[in-house]
Amino acid sequence: MSENIFITEETAAGDDDGPLAGKTVAVKDNISTEGIRTTCGSAMLDEYVPPYDATVVERLKDAGADVAGKANMDEFGMGTTTETSAFGATDNPAAPGHVPGGSSGGSAAAVAAGEADLALGSDTGGSVRCPAAFCGVVGIKPTYGLVSRYGLVAYANSLEQIGPLAPTVEEATELLDAISGPDPNDATTREEGADTDYAAAADGDVDGLEIGVPTELLDGADEGVVEQFWSAIDDLEAQGASYHEVSLPSVEHAVEAYYVIAMSEASSNLARFDGVRYGHSGGFEGNWNEAFSKARREGFGDEVKRRILLGTYALSAGYHDKYYKKAQDARAWVKQDFDEALADADVLASPTMPIPPFELGESLDDPLKMYLADANTTPVNLADLPAISVPAGETDGLPVGLQLIGPAFGEETIVRAASALE
Amino acid sequence: MSDTPAGPEEVRHVADLARVDLDDDTVDEFAAQFADILDYFETLDEVPEVDREADLVNVMRPDEEHEGLTQEEALQNAEETEDGYFKGPNVS
Repeated sequence: MSENIFITEETAAGDDDGPLAGKTVAVKDNISTEGIRTTCGSAMLDEYVPPYDATVVERLKDAGADVAGKANMDEFGMGTTTETSAFGATDNPAAPGHVPGGSSGGSAAAVAAGEADLALGSDTGGSVRCPAAFCGVVGIKPTYGLVSRYGLVAYANSLEQIGPLAPTVEEATELLDAISGPDPNDATTREEGADTDYAAAADGDVDGLEIGVPTELLDGADEGVVEQFWSAIDDLEAQGASYHEVSLPSVEHAVEAYYVIAMSEASSNLARFDGVRYGHSGGFEGNWNEAFSKARREGFGDEVKRRILLGTYALSAGYHDKYYKKAQDARAWVKQDFDEALADADVLASPTMPIPPFELGESLDDPLKMYLADANTTPVNLADLPAISVPAGETDGLPVGLQLIGPAFGEETIVRAASALE
Repeated sequence: MSDTPAGPEEVRHVADLARVDLDDDTVDEFAAQFADILDYFETLDEVPEVDREADLVNVMRPDEEHEGLTQEEALQNAEETEDGYFKGPNVS
């Protein structure tokens, strides 16, 4: 494989029978697999082998699927291109020479290249939807609380969900049906995820569907992307849907609110990596502060260090009110805006990414440029809502994705609308 | 533009708090990048104060014993152990 899709190519067999029998699933390398190395794309966890399976891995095996390998990713999920992986970048099978998106880039690339039938990713600020859009596959970010995160190595708990990637909407929903539902090991899971049949909703019936188009999510987007977006809306209109434009002023602040909250949570979550119980140690010379600081210098890459430091800063005395508290205000505002917009629409639509895939190496030196690419995906995580990215043609030979956002636990509606575009 | 302090001294201070050792080159690079990023975060000042409805209820469950990891499993990823315990660096 030339694309560098997997970090670890070990496989694990699932049950003989079940709705996913015979299917192979690439699992993002921040999701724990018993006996199979789980690195999070980091030198810190180069040799870490979990003693247990994440709930989602248990469930996909129970459903009959086999684990195809552990997919490459941005280190600890921190990136939009999969280039921050300590195991090297992944090439985009749908657009060679370009990034596959991130952070679940290996998962999307595995599906696009046919290296796995399906894949699991995790989406904290767009990390399933972005690579789905860039690789021309389907990706779903479920409602917060639909899917258990037990065994997912935490980056920013208040935002992240595990979600499926697949070649088609129906296949993505089959995997979502297998993994969703309450789990006593994750107190944030909700009953709404029990016994779902989202696959049945992939019937393409959009007659009477009302679509809201937030104008802020089109502003500044690449021209070719916008063209593909409107052509997808035309397609839905031709099938009986109608649309109206809507303004969501709060989303202008979503990216900065997202990054302040995610970095703050990351600075706390990643404090556990000190090299004592697991992970790369800094040796045991000197005092604990020196040993931990050395372990973390050697084990973490630059983007992870940046986010830990900025998060520590945003939470520190004197800056907490200025950054963290304001970011929480912005998050509440975004939620209100979405609630209001979804009172007058069944789904909201936007381009998944405002730009086509970057060329490999293009954004590495400018972290802010990379953050700004998340403008359309981060608001959904702030509002805890479900969203799907579905292929919507190409611009200059590069894949474009359409994002459909629904109300909380409105997975069926977004699945139905997305399936009408296939 | 911004009055946010993000010079090399501040980067070193935060790195110290976060227990991340940084070499001098990285400190300078981060200082320049943080200035841009924090400047961008400044726009949060424009966000109005929002009434956050905290519609939360406590969810309780019975306190029951469950199987956990064995001692061996819990120790299997530690670089150093001694007599069935994790071994860490000296405190202080």
